[in-house]
Amino acid sequence: MTRELHEPMDEDPSSGEARKTEDSYLNDNQQAHFPEEFSPDFLKLYYGRLFPFDEMHKWLSYGHDGKHPGCDSTFFSRREFSFTLEHDIYVRYLSFRDVPEMETAFRDKCPHKIDIGSIYNVDPAKRMAYAHGAGDSVFSPVEKELVFDVDMTDYDDMRTCCSGADICSKCWPLMTITIKVLDTALREDFGFQHILWVYSGRRGVHCWVCDSRARRLSNEQRCSVADYFHVYKGNQNNNKKVTLSGAALHPSLSRAYTDVLKPYFEEQILPNQSLLSSEEHYEKILQMIPDDAITSQMRDRWQGTRRSSSSNEEVNLTRWRQLRQALELSKKNQMLRRSVEEIIFAHTYPRLDLEVSKHMNHLLKSPFCIHPKTGRVCVPIDPDDCDNFDPSTVPTLSQLLNELNNSKSNVKGSSKKVSKDWERTSLAKSICFFRTSFLEPLLRSCKLEIEAHHQGKIQELAGRPTLNW
Amino acid sequence: MDFRVATSKRLSGDGGPLGGSIVADTGSRLSLYETAPNVEVSLEEFEQFALDRLRVLKGIEEVRARRKRLEELDTVVIDLWRKHMRTPNAADLNKKDVVSHFVLRLAYCRTEELRRWFLAMESALFRHRFRCESSDSQRKLMDDYKLPFKAISVAEFEVLKDKLGQVCRSLNQPLPTADSAYYKVPFEEVPDLVANRKILLGGGHAFVPREQLALLVVGQFRTRLSKALVLTNRKWTSVCAEDEKDRLAPIVESLSTRYLGADYTQPDSKRDISSKDLDNLAKTSFPLCMHHLFKKLREDHHLRHGGRQQLGLFLKGIGLKLEDALAFWKNEFSHKIGPDKFDKEYAYNVRHNYGKEGKKTDYTPYSCVRIIMSTPGVGDHHGCPYRHFSEENLRATLGTLRLSTPAVAEVLEKVRSHHYQLACATAFEAIHGSPSEGINHPNQYFDQSQKLLQSVKSSEVSAAN
Repeated sequence: MTRELHEPMDEDPSSGEARKTEDSYLNDNQQAHFPEEFSPDFLKLYYGRLFPFDEMHKWLSYGHDGKHPGCDSTFFSRREFSFTLEHDIYVRYLSFRDVPEMETAFRDKCPHKIDIGSIYNVDPAKRMAYAHGAGDSVFSPVEKELVFDVDMTDYDDMRTCCSGADICSKCWPLMTITIKVLDTALREDFGFQHILWVYSGRRGVHCWVCDSRARRLSNEQRCSVADYFHVYKGNQNNNKKVTLSGAALHPSLSRAYTDVLKPYFEEQILPNQSLLSSEEHYEKILQMIPDDAITSQMRDRWQGTRRSSSSNEEVNLTRWRQLRQALELSKKNQMLRRSVEEIIFAHTYPRLDLEVSKHMNHLLKSPFCIHPKTGRVCVPIDPDDCDNFDPSTVPTLSQLLNELNNSKSNVKGSSKKVSKDWERTSLAKSICFFRTSFLEPLLRSCKLEIEAHHQGKIQELAGRPTLNW
Repeated sequence: MDFRVATSKRLSGDGGPLGGSIVADTGSRLSLYETAPNVEVSLEEFEQFALDRLRVLKGIEEVRARRKRLEELDTVVIDLWRKHMRTPNAADLNKKDVVSHFVLRLAYCRTEELRRWFLAMESALFRHRFRCESSDSQRKLMDDYKLPFKAISVAEFEVLKDKLGQVCRSLNQPLPTADSAYYKVPFEEVPDLVANRKILLGGGHAFVPREQLALLVVGQFRTRLSKALVLTNRKWTSVCAEDEKDRLAPIVESLSTRYLGADYTQPDSKRDISSKDLDNLAKTSFPLCMHHLFKKLREDHHLRHGGRQQLGLFLKGIGLKLEDALAFWKNEFSHKIGPDKFDKEYAYNVRHNYGKEGKKTDYTPYSCVRIIMSTPGVGDHHGCPYRHFSEENLRATLGTLRLSTPAVAEVLEKVRSHHYQLACATAFEAIHGSPSEGINHPNQYFDQSQKLLQSVKSSEVSAAN
């Protein structure tokens, strides 16, 4: 059963008759309404009318648009894509020559999920010709963005508000913290500039570092960057998830602590997750402290002493203050000062999925995909405004289709053409942000690089001896 | 490059296997061996220089196994260098250094295993030599080769001082002083330091203290040499090997298998081994390869040719006389094929090994390198167990030798890093309770083992008196 999206009705009163399709859900003067769930048919419409192919193509071409003599016309076609089709059929090593080819493939196959892989030395679709080559003629990845993936389920051991696939406004700040800490470190410590943060569609965030320096990192170098952020080392076998030894914290860690971790912990995470309000919760924290005198002192104070008049928030803050004082003022053991920091780091520092970042050939979900379980679009997140990002307001597939259908193009007599359908929907905001904050600066930088590289080649050629006739 | 060998025939023209153009005199004593030298050498020098350098590299291999501290290794390596790389004229020191390196490149570029070994030893050699150079000499080397390491200025230091100090304190290290030299390098150059947060990062630069500098430079050396070896291999096989098959190729090929120690052709005449001693000796003093062959021989009453050669020559090396050897092999084989068939088909071979038949060559027992490089097939039991056994098989075998679990783990770790002789040395140490002096030959293992056991015995005797 196909549901056709209606063409906007011609409002010319003289025509009198609006075109209708057979299975139209639309009656005259009635708003269209699509059910909430994700459906393959909606996907077809999404890829037919809304997915920003031009912007994605521009991004992944990194300036190789053929307009400069230094452009590499094979660049985009050497990028691997993969599709997850209906019934979990997974297809790898797809590639496209240009936007039309990409559009056709997406629209014909309607993948439920699209992943972006690396740029190979040859078109992935032609890899079999190189599969058994020796020496240079093998099929291998050449470049790929440095990526990070953070998922809320990795925080399940401390989330008390929800668990599993659910998220809410009490635990989402953990993602906000991750974005702030990582974004700052990537820019200030590593000097990266072209960083794209994307909502994963359900319960996490992805980060794409697109500087050419990042794209050229080897697997070993990617490992080292991932390990630089590997501070939280929890598993079910240890009590102490974070160990901060040394007389001081590394500047990167102290910056994260002072600017982000401590304030967010004390103002949001601690009260929102009720980390100290019940015995079940505070025992987990006490187990991280290597001093029995203090932990039993706290237990004595807290067991059954909660005043009914205090709010949950007050209880948590008060108890935290008591614990902090006990640890910071401990004369017995100087290192107990560290416990405060360790507790905060353990509850806030980003918990990355290291495997995603370590290998060049790891594929990651494409921005602007639709998440099959939630119907939400994987929209970019502005790191400078991530405090205000609310996943529950991210546009869903059906919402967008409703918007599209309900916005009639008031074209009558006007010469202004709305060129893209997404401009009439909530997606416009995200795509414009993608363009202005990320894509345009990136492309400017790419153009400069292509030019510089080209000049370098010219000079090199000029230096070589010429034939004398 | 021109690497001329006397007879005025060029080894290769531009773009030959060793690549590059005429080298400039850097003035620094160390070289990154970027380009082959433009010199003439005689065939004798070609071989001798390489052999001397090989002695240094093998010496380094042995000494690294003993896991001494870095500073101790520095002196040992420098001593090795001075001992073997001397020249009559001081002016030729550099020539010998560079020529020997490039000749060994040809010898060690041909397989992955050889390249790995050469890369490891040359990197170690470079590291220790670099550490012992003055800081001026070090700086000159980095400038000459345009390494991307720049010392930060005093002004920059002032700006970063607090953060650098914080990094030091986070590692419980002393604070930097005004004289501390820091180098600004791209973070990609120091993955280990980045991964462990051991350095300050800023804008994509890592600020590395001078103590870590050797590591950086060695890293560069290693990367460049690694790429060069692959290229050398390609060019040698495609361009030169055919031309040089009568002149340089034999030398080059023998270099990578050359064993440089005692050859055990003439066994120690003081020792009197008879065939009945063998069972006991196999248990106490045979290296794993020979122990395995011996055990299989006893079990199956048969060994295929490769195994007979490897074990047979070894037994000759430990002092088993021909008559005893014949009796031993005959006794074993007779269980399966009968004495007459043994006399007809196998006895000749035993006598041949002892130089009593045919061209009467007194064959040399195989060295470790030769055994490691052999290719045992189905039904064979020769070869080096550390190389040729699967991990489970090796683990089980080591278990029957009653090695402790940590010892087994250590041996397996060496095996995984392809250090088969070091694995054998580790097993030796676990069995005997004392470290070996390096294992390059099965008979060497046997001699060292016997020496240790004799000294234990004699000290027991003297204690009893």
